[in-house]
Amino acid sequence: MLKLENLSVAVNNRQILHEVNLHIKQGEVHVLFGPNGTGKSTLIGAIMGFSRYTITTGKIYFKGQDITNLPVDERARRGIGVMIQRPPTLRGLSVKEMVNICGKNQVDVEMLAGKTNMLGFLARGVNEGFSGGEIKRSELLQLMAQQPDLVMLDEPESGVDIENIAVVGQAANYILDRGTRKNGQTIKKRRTDRQKSGLIITHTGHILDYVPADMAHVMYQGTLSCSGNPQEMLACIHDKGYEECVNCAL
Amino acid sequence: MKNEASIRDKAQAASEKKAVLGADIDFALFTDKGIEKPYFSDPAQLSLEQQTQLAGIGMEIAGAERSGTYMQIDHSVVHCNAASDDVELMSTDEALKKYDWLSDYWWQAVEPDADKYTARAALHQEHGYFIRALAGSKIDYPVQACLYIGQEDIIQDVHNIIIVEEGAELHVITGCATDPHVKKGMHVGISEFYVKKGGKLTFTMIHRWGEEIAVRPRTGVIIEENGLYISNYICMQPVQDLQMYPTTKLVGRGAVSRINSILVAPPGSHMDVGGRAILAAPGAKAEIIARTISTGGVVINRGHLLGQSPETKAHLECHGLLLSEQGVIHAVPELEARTGNAELSHEAAVGKIAPEEIEYLMARGLNEEEAVATIVRGFLNVNIEGLPDALKREIDTVIQEFSLKNTDD
Repeated sequence: MLKLENLSVAVNNRQILHEVNLHIKQGEVHVLFGPNGTGKSTLIGAIMGFSRYTITTGKIYFKGQDITNLPVDERARRGIGVMIQRPPTLRGLSVKEMVNICGKNQVDVEMLAGKTNMLGFLARGVNEGFSGGEIKRSELLQLMAQQPDLVMLDEPESGVDIENIAVVGQAANYILDRGTRKNGQTIKKRRTDRQKSGLIITHTGHILDYVPADMAHVMYQGTLSCSGNPQEMLACIHDKGYEECVNCAL
Repeated sequence: MKNEASIRDKAQAASEKKAVLGADIDFALFTDKGIEKPYFSDPAQLSLEQQTQLAGIGMEIAGAERSGTYMQIDHSVVHCNAASDDVELMSTDEALKKYDWLSDYWWQAVEPDADKYTARAALHQEHGYFIRALAGSKIDYPVQACLYIGQEDIIQDVHNIIIVEEGAELHVITGCATDPHVKKGMHVGISEFYVKKGGKLTFTMIHRWGEEIAVRPRTGVIIEENGLYISNYICMQPVQDLQMYPTTKLVGRGAVSRINSILVAPPGSHMDVGGRAILAAPGAKAEIIARTISTGGVVINRGHLLGQSPETKAHLECHGLLLSEQGVIHAVPELEARTGNAELSHEAAVGKIAPEEIEYLMARGLNEEEAVATIVRGFLNVNIEGLPDALKREIDTVIQEFSLKNTDD
């Protein structure tokens, strides 16, 4: 689904990412751990193609095709969707209109808003006066409508209150088409049929209680320094901190 | 009229007095003499071109869903018809003849010697509309009034009065436009509006001038106890030089005013538009909200809140979007408290569309032009109450034109 080859990225002429290699297959969900300021959000922004991020070397392949130089909207049309940490406020554009934009007017906005506890926000301007948790739910609502094949979530659980953490988790599962089997399907069949891929940045790992991940990576000072089983790696980070985790890989 | 002589004297003394704001317009460049236009019993007798122009400023030619229609071309009243018993509608000249008491309102909200434009209107005035909503009446449909420039080089001087009596509710849609064949002209308009105790006036004004037209409206509004005044002003077409700074004075306890403006300045346009609210009674509230866009023209957006009485509250919002490197948007918000517990606030932001906003929408699948149009449409969306459908379509068309132009760049 997504393949990064020696990807290096600069922001304002400062090199942030150094030769990152990553391969996310169809149906796989990967998580990205790492301390603050290490380049995790930069990676997601560069994959989406935001102009702030300059690719200095390397390639991004999506569904087998080189998308390194494609504009943001073309990447979105090909099936990449993102939840960034601090999306801008769009004055005068209602959440409902935004969800319709995402879903090309083909989605049941009320139904999706119900799933994300956002019914009361549909008439409000996008992100206008939203709390941290409200922004997350609004972003997930948009992604539910957009239905991307590769879903990138930047700290989906941060700022979300206890009552809504399950809502966020379930919404992420809905978008990634994960969770329990559907009528008559065997678990094995369900697993092999998975189409959607994900890349989730998390600090706390709380989201993993809801969204099962296949692979974890640690990003440290702009490089992917360790990869492995998500639960094992999370336990190691909790226990020994990032320094140790990185050292072990070295 | 009892104070006629003193008004004339004041005006004569001020006939050379330059306005505080705006370029000084030389009246000698225009003609005073208007060719008399015939009266139309039915506005459908106007040329198709004129009808299209009028539709673009919110006029319903057939008068459907309107409580009355007043149309003035240059110096002639060409149509006047009230469709409701609760509304009086006539030219101000006629009203002055009919009602002695009108002198209590004539030049009471605007000073005749404020500047050379008010002075000119006091000395040269040719009609203008008089609209009166009778006490306690709720006028279902808006009254529409149109002031039209149809003759090359002419100066149109009008003086309008609206009186909303106690407990009455009225919506007035005023459209000002220039005939497509007219290049140069000038409009001076005095407007004095009075909202009596518990009354409500919604005033929607659309300007559609031309590239060589100078415009100097002078407006004063006086709102009494628990009165509500909502003003919506829209100017999205080129105008050479427009300067206005309407003043709303809230003189009764609990009076409220809400003033919304949408200004779009294309290249060559100069718009200096302000709004002032004087909170002169306890519990008065005011809100001034402006959305300005420059696609190459100059917009000066002023706002002034003056808190004179306790427990007053007011908010000023000037947001400007610069869609061209050539344009200028200058926001001048002013807050002035003259009492301890006046709560005055303002919010101003002027700039280009942030690339993050465009890319945010692009990441949701819109292309760049669609993203820009969506942002501009949202920016201009100030939820204008009672905006005619034709105008909503007009706004959409203008936004569409911008985004297409943006693509060409």
